[in-house]
Amino acid sequence: MINLTVNGEAHRWDGDPSLPLLWYLRDESGLTGTKYGCGQALCGACTVHVGGQAVRACITAMQDVADQNVVTIEGLHPTGDHPVQKAWRELQVPQCGFCQTGQIMQAAMLLQDNPKPTDEQIREQMAGNICRCGCYTRIEAAIRLAATGV
Amino acid sequence: MTYMFSKRSVAHGIQNVSRRHVLKGAVATGSLVLAAPLARGAHAAAAPTYATGAGDMPHGVVVDPRVFVSIAPDGTVSIVAHRAEMGTGVRTSLPMIVADELEADWARVHVAQAEGNEAKYGNQDTDGSRSTRHYLVPMRQIGAAARTMLEEAAAQKWNVKIEEVKAANHEVVHGASGRRLGYGDLAADAAKLPVPQIKTLRLKDESEFRYIGKGVPFVDLRDITTGRAIYGADVRLPLMKYAVLVRPPVVGGKLVSFDAKDALAVPGVEQVIEAQGWPWPSKFQPLGGVAVIARNTGAAIKGRDALKVVWDDGPNAKYDSDAYRAELEASVRKPGLAVRNEGDVDAALKSADKVVVGEYYIPHLAHVSMEPPAAVADVTDSKAEIWAPLQSPGGTQEDIAKTLGLPLDAVTVHMTLLGGGFGRKSKCDYAIEAALLSRKLKAPVRVQWTREDNIRHDFYHTVSTERIEAGVDKSGKVIAWRHRSAAPSFMSSFQPNVKNESAIELGMGFVDLPFAIPNIRCENPEAAAHTRIGWFRAVSNVPHAFAVQTMVAEIAHALNRDPKDMLLELIGPDRIVDVGKSTKDWWNYGEPFESYPVDAGRLRRVTELAAEKGEWGRKLPAGHGLGIAAHRSFVSYIATVVEVAVDDKGNIAIPRVDTAVDCGTYVNPERIRSQMEGAAIMGISLAKHGEITFKNGRAQQSNFDDFPVARIDEAPAVINVHIAPGQNRPPGGIGEPGVPPFAPAFCNAIFAATGKRIRRLPIGSQLA
Repeated sequence: MINLTVNGEAHRWDGDPSLPLLWYLRDESGLTGTKYGCGQALCGACTVHVGGQAVRACITAMQDVADQNVVTIEGLHPTGDHPVQKAWRELQVPQCGFCQTGQIMQAAMLLQDNPKPTDEQIREQMAGNICRCGCYTRIEAAIRLAATGV
Repeated sequence: MTYMFSKRSVAHGIQNVSRRHVLKGAVATGSLVLAAPLARGAHAAAAPTYATGAGDMPHGVVVDPRVFVSIAPDGTVSIVAHRAEMGTGVRTSLPMIVADELEADWARVHVAQAEGNEAKYGNQDTDGSRSTRHYLVPMRQIGAAARTMLEEAAAQKWNVKIEEVKAANHEVVHGASGRRLGYGDLAADAAKLPVPQIKTLRLKDESEFRYIGKGVPFVDLRDITTGRAIYGADVRLPLMKYAVLVRPPVVGGKLVSFDAKDALAVPGVEQVIEAQGWPWPSKFQPLGGVAVIARNTGAAIKGRDALKVVWDDGPNAKYDSDAYRAELEASVRKPGLAVRNEGDVDAALKSADKVVVGEYYIPHLAHVSMEPPAAVADVTDSKAEIWAPLQSPGGTQEDIAKTLGLPLDAVTVHMTLLGGGFGRKSKCDYAIEAALLSRKLKAPVRVQWTREDNIRHDFYHTVSTERIEAGVDKSGKVIAWRHRSAAPSFMSSFQPNVKNESAIELGMGFVDLPFAIPNIRCENPEAAAHTRIGWFRAVSNVPHAFAVQTMVAEIAHALNRDPKDMLLELIGPDRIVDVGKSTKDWWNYGEPFESYPVDAGRLRRVTELAAEKGEWGRKLPAGHGLGIAAHRSFVSYIATVVEVAVDDKGNIAIPRVDTAVDCGTYVNPERIRSQMEGAAIMGISLAKHGEITFKNGRAQQSNFDDFPVARIDEAPAVINVHIAPGQNRPPGGIGEPGVPPFAPAFCNAIFAATGKRIRRLPIGSQLA
């Protein structure tokens, strides 16, 4: 039995302890805001926060999140108005939007760790998150905007 | 400006612009089939200010406010979005057009998503960069008809003439008396009135537009940023089972046997069953294989990893990209089928003072939308319901009905958001897989393609070798242009023994060369397919534009000319280029030539705009270079200036991109900018990294480690998009045309910076 907290709620899992957190969230808990993109931590679409760090849920086993606090896009901000979310809307960053929850979770953690990142730091920290539609220049601008206050 | 309809374009033969429909016709009868006439007949009679090919699409256009607009008593206006949203913003832009003519307040508009039903909504194939181009006028007519009905209802209520009332900002006003009624109060009476004849409608003057040409924030923005947006991959039904499949690794192969013992031992795995497949080619029917059914996707993937399967690889088992490339190169060094012929190219090349020769190779690509294919199906003996990210929901409804042997109206296709499409999701094989499994298991089934499935079993972008020989006379004038293009056709996914590119592929930046050269010949040597070929964003424009626009810079270099000046000289004087004169069955993106001619003047102006805004010719630091390219595709004109900085290790930075767009009338400029920004990134991906290779019939790549795409640290520092004024012209495409000019402009910039000419994509380690 694995106990964990997801977005402030107590969860328990008594299935395969090696199940990736991604599929526990999406298929067993109905939290579909966290996306599957590659399954190998190559694209960042599944980024969530575990214990105050941005992690890729697709390679994080359930046994590794036992007794941990997991935050998904659904729990990032009670009304969806985290500065990063607001900046994303202000600059109309997304196109198809599929990767954007992962981008936002990565960006939110980046700013938590480093509230005033340089352009180079933004690129370095966001390089693990792929956007096939190509919203990168707006992602960069939105992180700068979120850092200076929306 | 008025655009008259003409029969001339019909005489050119292939007027059916739908890739889906062309292929359907071709499979059924062995010849191209003209689509049904305009639905309801109304649109043609309405005499819009210009003609489009919309009516030639399967199921044509439906112009009926009762289908697209409803108004609640509280005044909320619901407008149906009937096309697929994959990131272009179409789910916002088309309803916004209706709202503008309707004089609706956007804050009180709700966008309702249609299901796949072309008999009701008209054509829904969301590809070919057609949505705004085909629906600007119909959406305006729908809005104007609804507005007129509201005005009529108010006039009747007040017992005044309709000319005395006017709809404005969600209410109808009687100017003389100052009386006013909100749309909610008028809706019930308006709904009882007959729909006005389209030809009687008063469309707004451009100066009255509230939203068209200005734009509104797109409707899915909040849901996307909060994780509430529902993509096909996100649909969950009660008692749903989760499936992943293993498919034949070689196209044309089939299952021999499988051992499910270890797979069934994986916790959460419930069943392992054979999945029905179709022989190649079979349009969009599934490849077949073995399905692992589990309580969640993770368990199904783990079960599949434990599965042992024996395949018969079939006739494509020897497909090898190295050998095939040599084959294509040999093909373009010999004459091929002449598909455009003007003057006497052989004689002109012989008499030329100088002949510049370039051979270009552009490999297979995978689409890799961030959302891999996924679908949910709930099928019983008498009906089927599908939820999936689909570019062709109407076509999917037809294909599911046919596959399951159900009547069309027993199949409901729900349209979710698409996590990217790029052409892959025009093919509904994954939805058919889910439907077949659901019928077999008598339960709702969700099929998830892994990224590996997505890359190994794509409908790939073609692989192409292009050879151009340009003859230059003593005065430095280009007098001859012979272009040979050899590439397997996407028609090969629909019928056997296809050897030549289809008219659609030839029409994409090859035979429609808009250059002022007296002797031009385009030849298409044969090339057989050995895998599934499909259309990828901008399709054959990608290799054709890469070859043509690189060649322009090569000629400039050979003659010691400025590449921009060379490009402008080849585009030549302002004129309409009559491609059809020397090209049999010329395909103009399905559009009538009179509305959408090949206009050299527009290409010139957009080239000049990009050059001016991109400050062409400016002084650059060492290691920097500027490149330019211009291309007409999907009846829009795009030019791009790229600045690169290449360091001594061959690392490429992109300080700046300037893209100029002439798409005629534009509706939502902010989303045009985002499409052009994205096109630059996709151009970087395919120029630097993109290549699918085959060995023993198998795709050798499988995920983002061996099929990389551009990341944020490779993105341009700045992408400027410059939209040319064009509100007096018919709208052109936007989703695709930004892609083709990027790679050649980028590689021309690399040449300017380093002297290294890129003739083979991807660049990979060529600069190292």
